Amino acid sequence: MEKAINMNRPSSSDGMSRIDGRLKVTGAAKYSAEYAVEGLTYGVLAGSTIAKGTITALDTKAAERAPGVLAVVTYLNAPKVPGFQPDQKGIRAQLKVFNDNKIFYNGQPIALVIADTYERALYGASLVKATYNKEEHQTSLTDNFGKGFPPRGDGLYKRGTEDAWKSAPIKLEQEYIVPTNTHNPMELHAIIARWDADDKITVWDKTQGVKATQHDISQLFKLPLENVQVNSRFVGGAFGSALRTWPHEIVAILGAKAVKKPVKLVLSRADMFTSVGYRPHTWQKVGIGATADGKLTGITHQAYGQTSPYENFTEGAVNVSQSMYACPNVNTKYNLVALNVGTPTWMRGPGEATGSFALESALDELSYALNIDPIEIRIRNYAETDPENGKPFSSKHLKEAYQLGADSIGWSNRKQQPASVKKDGWFVGYGIGCGMFGAYRSGAVIKATLKADGTLHLQSAVSDIGPGTGTAMVLIAAEQLGIPADKISFENGASDLPQAPTQGGSATTASVGSAVYKACADLKTEFQKLTGNNTNDKPDYAQILKQHNLPSVEVTSKSDGGEGRDKYSMNSWSVHFVKVLVNALTGVVKIDKVTSVADCGTIISPKTARSQIVGGAIGGIGMALMEEAIIDHRYGRYINNNYADYHVPVNADIPQIDALFVNKPDPILNPMGSKGMAEIALVGMAAAVANAVYNATGKRVRELPITPDKVIG
Amino acid sequence: MKQFQYVQPATRQAVLEAINKPGTKIIAGGTNLVDLMKRGVTAPDKLVDINHLPLKNITVTPLGLYIGALALNSVVSENKQVIEKQPLLAMALKSGASPQLRNMATVGGNMMQRTRCGYFYDTAMPCNKRVPGSGCGAYEGVNRMHAIFGASSQCIAVHPSDMCVALAALDAVVIIAGKKGEHRVPFTEFHRLPGDHPEADNNLAPGELITGVEIPDNNLAKNSYYLKVRDRQSYAFALISVAAALDIKNGIIQNARLAMGGVAHKPWRLFDAEKALVGKKASEENFQQIAQLAMQGAKAYGYNSFKLKLAPASITEALKHAAGLV
Repeated sequence: MEKAINMNRPSSSDGMSRIDGRLKVTGAAKYSAEYAVEGLTYGVLAGSTIAKGTITALDTKAAERAPGVLAVVTYLNAPKVPGFQPDQKGIRAQLKVFNDNKIFYNGQPIALVIADTYERALYGASLVKATYNKEEHQTSLTDNFGKGFPPRGDGLYKRGTEDAWKSAPIKLEQEYIVPTNTHNPMELHAIIARWDADDKITVWDKTQGVKATQHDISQLFKLPLENVQVNSRFVGGAFGSALRTWPHEIVAILGAKAVKKPVKLVLSRADMFTSVGYRPHTWQKVGIGATADGKLTGITHQAYGQTSPYENFTEGAVNVSQSMYACPNVNTKYNLVALNVGTPTWMRGPGEATGSFALESALDELSYALNIDPIEIRIRNYAETDPENGKPFSSKHLKEAYQLGADSIGWSNRKQQPASVKKDGWFVGYGIGCGMFGAYRSGAVIKATLKADGTLHLQSAVSDIGPGTGTAMVLIAAEQLGIPADKISFENGASDLPQAPTQGGSATTASVGSAVYKACADLKTEFQKLTGNNTNDKPDYAQILKQHNLPSVEVTSKSDGGEGRDKYSMNSWSVHFVKVLVNALTGVVKIDKVTSVADCGTIISPKTARSQIVGGAIGGIGMALMEEAIIDHRYGRYINNNYADYHVPVNADIPQIDALFVNKPDPILNPMGSKGMAEIALVGMAAAVANAVYNATGKRVRELPITPDKVIG
Repeated sequence: MKQFQYVQPATRQAVLEAINKPGTKIIAGGTNLVDLMKRGVTAPDKLVDINHLPLKNITVTPLGLYIGALALNSVVSENKQVIEKQPLLAMALKSGASPQLRNMATVGGNMMQRTRCGYFYDTAMPCNKRVPGSGCGAYEGVNRMHAIFGASSQCIAVHPSDMCVALAALDAVVIIAGKKGEHRVPFTEFHRLPGDHPEADNNLAPGELITGVEIPDNNLAKNSYYLKVRDRQSYAFALISVAAALDIKNGIIQNARLAMGGVAHKPWRLFDAEKALVGKKASEENFQQIAQLAMQGAKAYGYNSFKLKLAPASITEALKHAAGLV
């Protein structure tokens, strides 16, 4: 008999394992760079060594003569990209790579060297010599606030009285800084591009959305959509870095055109810092005020985020202050600063992760100023309806989450007075941080084929970058149809499969899952038509097919974006509790325990859900304690662009993590009752760590990451 | 990468002949060299693989403990004799790199690893160590990881090893083979300060081969501690590391060894502080005072100013652990 799972607190062994887990751990899962395409050649990028200016001369002769080199593609000889618009500006004005001699950032691709082996291409790339007309560059965000501009309109939001916090009895104003974080998934970005005909191409490409990539390539190269095949069967992590089409993908396609052979281009780890986006360095200032009994009266939240010279990347860094707490007076301001850097992109919990570090830290500071428990101040300002638009929430059980988490972490052991608990030379402290993220859903199509052998095959174009999408889809179908999960297969990650949204914004289960749900309902209808019996909800499908001498029944079902967004504010919620130890002499911070509680509706797949929350907590620990991509502004060039110097947590940094779920259905968003969980797993975590460090030591660190020098500084 | 020759001589004599030519580099574990070759920092014409030489032994000698140059970091750190006689070395090794790297890295190779300065690693940046005369990118640059002792205007890089800090503290001796036979060099004199020639990390002459190290016996095993302060708990280079070893009788320090990592172009032995510890009671107050003494002559370069505070704090913490006060 199966053990009943406590869905509030599934253990790591509870629930079904990933359907592709065995393939991944045995190496049988094939990632984009691993396809042995016939006649494959290898590309390596040479990057600019200045941050701004123009190329005045490009010496490629030595590279061209190097052994095995087939071509050196540059702006001087690259085939044209017909879809580049000459006057593109603003959002989605991508870098027109190999289009002209302009340099916008250090490390910008200036040549693609293609050779018969990777090593020969790498050597060839080292021989490309560029001469530049150097111009003065800017890479420092904090030196360039004067050049800030609102991305849209005036960049301002206001409800109630502007800067009301200033007249509050208890108030504070502080600056909070989140440095550039890079996604740096384990799998390097990679593409194999093969022209099948002059107007037909196949790519094996790391992407979070094969349909979006197909669309972009078709637009850029003016190809019929159906002549562009994009395959991305497995993605080795992305966290947002593969949400859009990047210059290296265009470069590989150009290279394949130039040598008339398939070209494989795998970015180097250093390229991963400049070429595929990052969480932008963002400076924030929060003013917050409350009555003596801790009721918020005003929040002013402003932010400056960096973007590239050619494209305006925006994220909702300040939006969290508009909706998180019941506060009558809120005004926010969001500005961009264009620097000589590549374009940022969404990184797990985009905007909210940055904004919540500021808001949740400021609220914590206020709670100490008021001498109110940090959970209590959140309860006193709990928003029962969305304060931004007055709409009811489709579901919100954050108070329950506070209780679950407080019990798990042992909050009752926390002392309100900072630096009051010390054991064996280590200060002990507790912190809390909350997260929210919009719960989204968009249209998706599922093709479902139920065969006479009792197996069900589901097909969708959707990517699975690691959350366990396929596993969740199988479980939804198993529940709806009463078919054992091991008889259900899920095929995904190719552009000739049915429409699915790009995997991002924690919306995949709500979107594709709803289509699976619909397909199951449609299949049942088909079987009811066959049997004329509409009473048996979960009949023996195989037997019915055999009786009717049918090999299979097939449906293609579409689910739309759902209803109710006009009536409800839909969000997922989280609260993170952290217990830290801080060395009294060296300032080293050790995370002793983490409890993350998610209010993300019904849990569909307990094992992968738990993994999501644990992974998000680890990402949040990295953001809090170690992640920072550092530029030497004299050169505008990253100096820690590798895995040894850009730190992400390793096992030794990770303590026991309790992943808890409220597990109450959202009645509005989708028929499964689920909400997204990927983003909220990280949003709020960095503040929880910073707040715990303050509780432990009395030292408030407002600039991430919280490294030992800042703790003792 | 550039094409290169690869040879694997079978005897020590053949190795010595093979390495006696410019453009030649020895490869053992390759954990650092291959990385540098891939990044274009170094481009040897010929690699001489010495893994076939019988230099893996760890043996007890009349003086103490001999460790062959090809003994793996992981093997040394788990060796019973090492743990018993020189636990400081085992601790230092275990705090270095990652298990995978320690399984490849050798004792000799660890001594020969190059700095992890970001300017050294990036061929688009100035670096006197990589290209003499090109300037020091770190001097006025992002120098958070850099030296506070013994640096020059030519170079403020630090030596990245943990093992070497312990060996410097433990009075180890380096055994070197050359054309004229073997000779021995005190470990503290093996690595050098940058001065006007930062391209040279150490005093190993061209054509010479490290064959092993020998550590004299001592009474420090009971009160030894290696503290590594870093930005994450594993696989990170030291902001500051401290090798501390004490001989304590009735609460009074009889003998002391102290060295720091992450602060200089070479493992930074604290001779004066060691002398000052002798005869003192093992107490936090005394350790704090001596830690301040150890900071004489320290100089910071901007981003690494925190080391002026972190270094003495780390010395105190390490001594507390060594003395069993925590």
